[in-house]
Amino acid sequence: MSYVQNTDSDRLEMLKETGVSSFEELLEPIDVKLRVDGVLDIGPSMSEAEIVSRLGALASANSPASEMVSFLGGGIYDRFIPATVRYVLSRSEFYTSYTPYQAEVSQGTLQAIYEYQTMIARLTAMDAANASMYDASTALAEAMLMAATIKRTGRIIVPAALSRRVRAVLDSYAVGKDVVIDEVPFGDDGTIDRGRLAEMLSGKAAAVVLAQPNYFGLIEDARAVSGMAHEAGALLVILADPVSLALIEPPGEYDADIVVGEGQSLGIAQNFGGPLLGFLAAKTPYLRKCPGRLISAAVDVDGNRGYTMTLQTREQHIRREKATSNICTNEGLVALAASVYLATLGEDGFREVALQSASKARTLYRMLAETGGIGLPFGDNFFQEFVMTVPGGADAFVAKARERGVLAGIPLGKDFPSLGADAILVAVTEKRTRKDLELLRDLAAGKGGAA
Amino acid sequence: MSTTIFEKGTAGKSGSFISANDCPVEDLGFARPRGGEIGLPRIGEQDLIRHFVELASKNYHIDKGMYPLGSCTMKYNPVINEEVAGLGGFTGLHPLQSEEDVQGALELMYELESDLCEICGMSAFSLQPVAGAHGELTGMMIARDWFRRMGENRKTVLVPDSAHGTNPASVVICGFTPKTIPSNEAGLIDPEVLEREAGGDTAVLMLTLPNTLGLFERDIERIIRIVHDAGALIYMDGANMNALLGIVRPGAIGVDIMHVNLHKTFSTPHGGGGPGSGPIGVREHLAGLLPVPRIVKENGRFSLKEDIGESIGRVHPWFGNFNVFVKAYAYIKALGGEGLREASENAIINANYLMKKVEPHYDIKYPGRCMHEFVASGRNLKKFGVKTVDVAKRLLDYGLHAPTVYFPLIVEEALMIEPVETEKKETLDHFADVMAAIAKEAEEDPEILHEAPVTTPVRRLDEASAARSPELCWPGEECMPGEA
Amino acid sequence: MVPEECTYTKEHEWVCNEGGVAVIGISEYAAVELGDIVYIELPESGSNVKQMDPIGTIEAVKTVAELFSPVSGEIIEVNEAIIEHPEIVNRDPFEEGWFIKIRMSDPGELDNLFSFEEYSEFLGEQED
Repeated sequence: MSYVQNTDSDRLEMLKETGVSSFEELLEPIDVKLRVDGVLDIGPSMSEAEIVSRLGALASANSPASEMVSFLGGGIYDRFIPATVRYVLSRSEFYTSYTPYQAEVSQGTLQAIYEYQTMIARLTAMDAANASMYDASTALAEAMLMAATIKRTGRIIVPAALSRRVRAVLDSYAVGKDVVIDEVPFGDDGTIDRGRLAEMLSGKAAAVVLAQPNYFGLIEDARAVSGMAHEAGALLVILADPVSLALIEPPGEYDADIVVGEGQSLGIAQNFGGPLLGFLAAKTPYLRKCPGRLISAAVDVDGNRGYTMTLQTREQHIRREKATSNICTNEGLVALAASVYLATLGEDGFREVALQSASKARTLYRMLAETGGIGLPFGDNFFQEFVMTVPGGADAFVAKARERGVLAGIPLGKDFPSLGADAILVAVTEKRTRKDLELLRDLAAGKGGAA
Repeated sequence: MSTTIFEKGTAGKSGSFISANDCPVEDLGFARPRGGEIGLPRIGEQDLIRHFVELASKNYHIDKGMYPLGSCTMKYNPVINEEVAGLGGFTGLHPLQSEEDVQGALELMYELESDLCEICGMSAFSLQPVAGAHGELTGMMIARDWFRRMGENRKTVLVPDSAHGTNPASVVICGFTPKTIPSNEAGLIDPEVLEREAGGDTAVLMLTLPNTLGLFERDIERIIRIVHDAGALIYMDGANMNALLGIVRPGAIGVDIMHVNLHKTFSTPHGGGGPGSGPIGVREHLAGLLPVPRIVKENGRFSLKEDIGESIGRVHPWFGNFNVFVKAYAYIKALGGEGLREASENAIINANYLMKKVEPHYDIKYPGRCMHEFVASGRNLKKFGVKTVDVAKRLLDYGLHAPTVYFPLIVEEALMIEPVETEKKETLDHFADVMAAIAKEAEEDPEILHEAPVTTPVRRLDEASAARSPELCWPGEECMPGEA
Repeated sequence: MVPEECTYTKEHEWVCNEGGVAVIGISEYAAVELGDIVYIELPESGSNVKQMDPIGTIEAVKTVAELFSPVSGEIIEVNEAIIEHPEIVNRDPFEEGWFIKIRMSDPGELDNLFSFEEYSEFLGEQED
């Protein structure tokens, strides 16, 4: 397959026009001995038919979670995606367009992002949101750097009940700008140990990060933590699950300063973990320190309303080494997906997704509680995800469940040794049916049997 | 102007998309439930689709016409790539499924890494960075940890003045200090200057090859030798790799670390600003520092290796933008070794041809030959009171997209033009004719250019007022217009 | 303030000495070159600065310029009006659009700066 359209005679004519007799002459600045000798060893060109067959074979070699009964979560969730999302995303006006540098011919992208920003601002009850970040972990890392800049001090307090992968990304970003990350442990109930937090806040800190709900799915007393952080002169940075915000108090209402989160739940396929959608919202006074693009409404020379990128002096293409971030390419199309998802479901449909997820998680929790031998160490103060312990070890249970086409959850022992080898993080979304819940209950009760 | 989706419906009737709850409705018992409405739309499906199709009609895009954006490499995005990337066997995978369940995905990633190694002459690639700037940042983390392991505290990263803004911005996040290297008269790095600047404090020379002027560093061998002799590393920003496929393998000539942009060189769509993908490649001595997990192949089976002592850790929670890998993989396999070379050859021929066609009408600061792009200048039109921005806006009236403007910073009134290989001669001729017509208009009736664009969905926007008091969301109860 | 009696810097700032207090702004040339000014960041009054310290930033839509203190001393007043309405600087850089007042600790520093004539000459060279 080749996507080049010039014919051999075009090439000859163009070379002639350029004033050279062969293509090789155009490579004159490159010393001959630096050039590739021969052809790259990546195999011959494939026809489109061969591509379809090769990629089909690779896809078939996978067993996707979306086709099983999946209780896997930990940041990526199996949710229903309305067809409108795929339809809008498949419009090449959106997916084959470039960054909206020429605003006059990019109003579609610009207005869509403006509407996305609005939806995120409303969901989080914050003043404004940016046009997107790579994912929740990098959004949180940038929020951490942003807080350090605002407070002119580098100490960031993060909870221990945080995804270890997110924490690893924070560690990677922390080293350069003299950011120090201190971890506050979780208490016996799985939520942040506020006594320890109070002690840690006796020293100067730029920000307290709170995951709401936390990695174990538990709902934190965010209001209390907000008060503690602000009293100590630190910012409150919230890592939020957007779906939970349909049901629990949004961060803006308890005075959060910066809110970030993972938008994968908003109509984006699991895609083996990427692309994702980081969102970032903040209070107005901090917008000039925030990373990424911002889209504003504007008026054109005829007085008509339009949209344009704004506050660009924060960004790398203008401020270079003094920019608030190095981010350039972001997740624009994924933000569009989130926007279409939220608009399709609407106020009531989105609330229904959150309600069913939370309610079904409780149904499963109750079923498991009635099953002998299953531990539920942290109680039912959760949104849609909770920790259970199974006798005989998490790994063995997960393997047994897989034989029945059930992805039982994430074993936690490796990342959180204090929880032991029996702990599993179980996520329930609106997609799970009563039968699915019963399947997991039966497996937990040892009634699984062979497939 | 299109009304916003919030105006189209907040009290309307949405469809039903979620199955009815077949479980008991439980008492949620949240201590602090959300009070009141979120403020999401309520709109029927037909009007929703009309809304987004109306927005779509206001976008320029590669399926509509040429994008001559220098260094952005807007090439055709093959439609088959979208089709295969949408296969349920890829889109439905959770990243924490067992290795047995994801062998196809791991194989695809493993092969893509190997192909990138072969194309770039590198020993190992990690696909984890999700954008070009993210790749740069990862590369700087690798350099930082490399010198730490060597017990050296080198602080300076040399960056040519023609570099993308992401380069110095990525450098500082890692705690390095960027130092600008001025380009010489020919638009290239001057080895004499580099010789003076590179020393015991130099960690990295970060260069774009070919550079943003579309020029290949003639003295690249000497440049690399100077940097290596100073004990420093060479980082190559691979944004312009579309000029070098099958022509130069950067690792083979001494580049230590580089990133490539799958969304430029390997045809994956830009999506109006993302998602991208910026895999990072290194030579043998740095391979252990790449982000974890690494994909390992043993006895025909693929597995993930987390435990690598030297690794810089993670820059993404999972494996990067997997869905983008599928498209890049399909593209690379479609072209094969010969096709990739053919792509770069045509990219170079197209750029040189177009430069010749544009040259009679616009200043070319670095004439002669270019690689995949060239930089023209609207400086010659200043005498008519016309600026480059006016040329850019007038191009929109002709139904074309503007080139990258006012970059690189070292060329006054810059118009950075990259035609890419998938555009054919007739398309380039048309673009050149329009550029010539605009230059003529500038001379005869500059007011046309000042007024442009007049045919677009909106005309020039008042960016100053927007920046003074931005309105970042649709005004509503919970959403205050910004006053920053 | 009389332009001819003020001194100027290479960074296109003007300084008028009003009885030991330096009134500081940016020149018309700078205001035109920057284009529409959209945001100005200035230090709080009361702080002490040294000559050539960076003391603020001036942002246009697509450029940023730094403001350097042309003299040493104590900042006694900043022009709140231009922070609220940066466009004032474009309209009237010399009177209403002043930036900051500094009580000079060493008025002799003014001698290092351009006179009106020298600055005019400097501008001539810039435009070549």
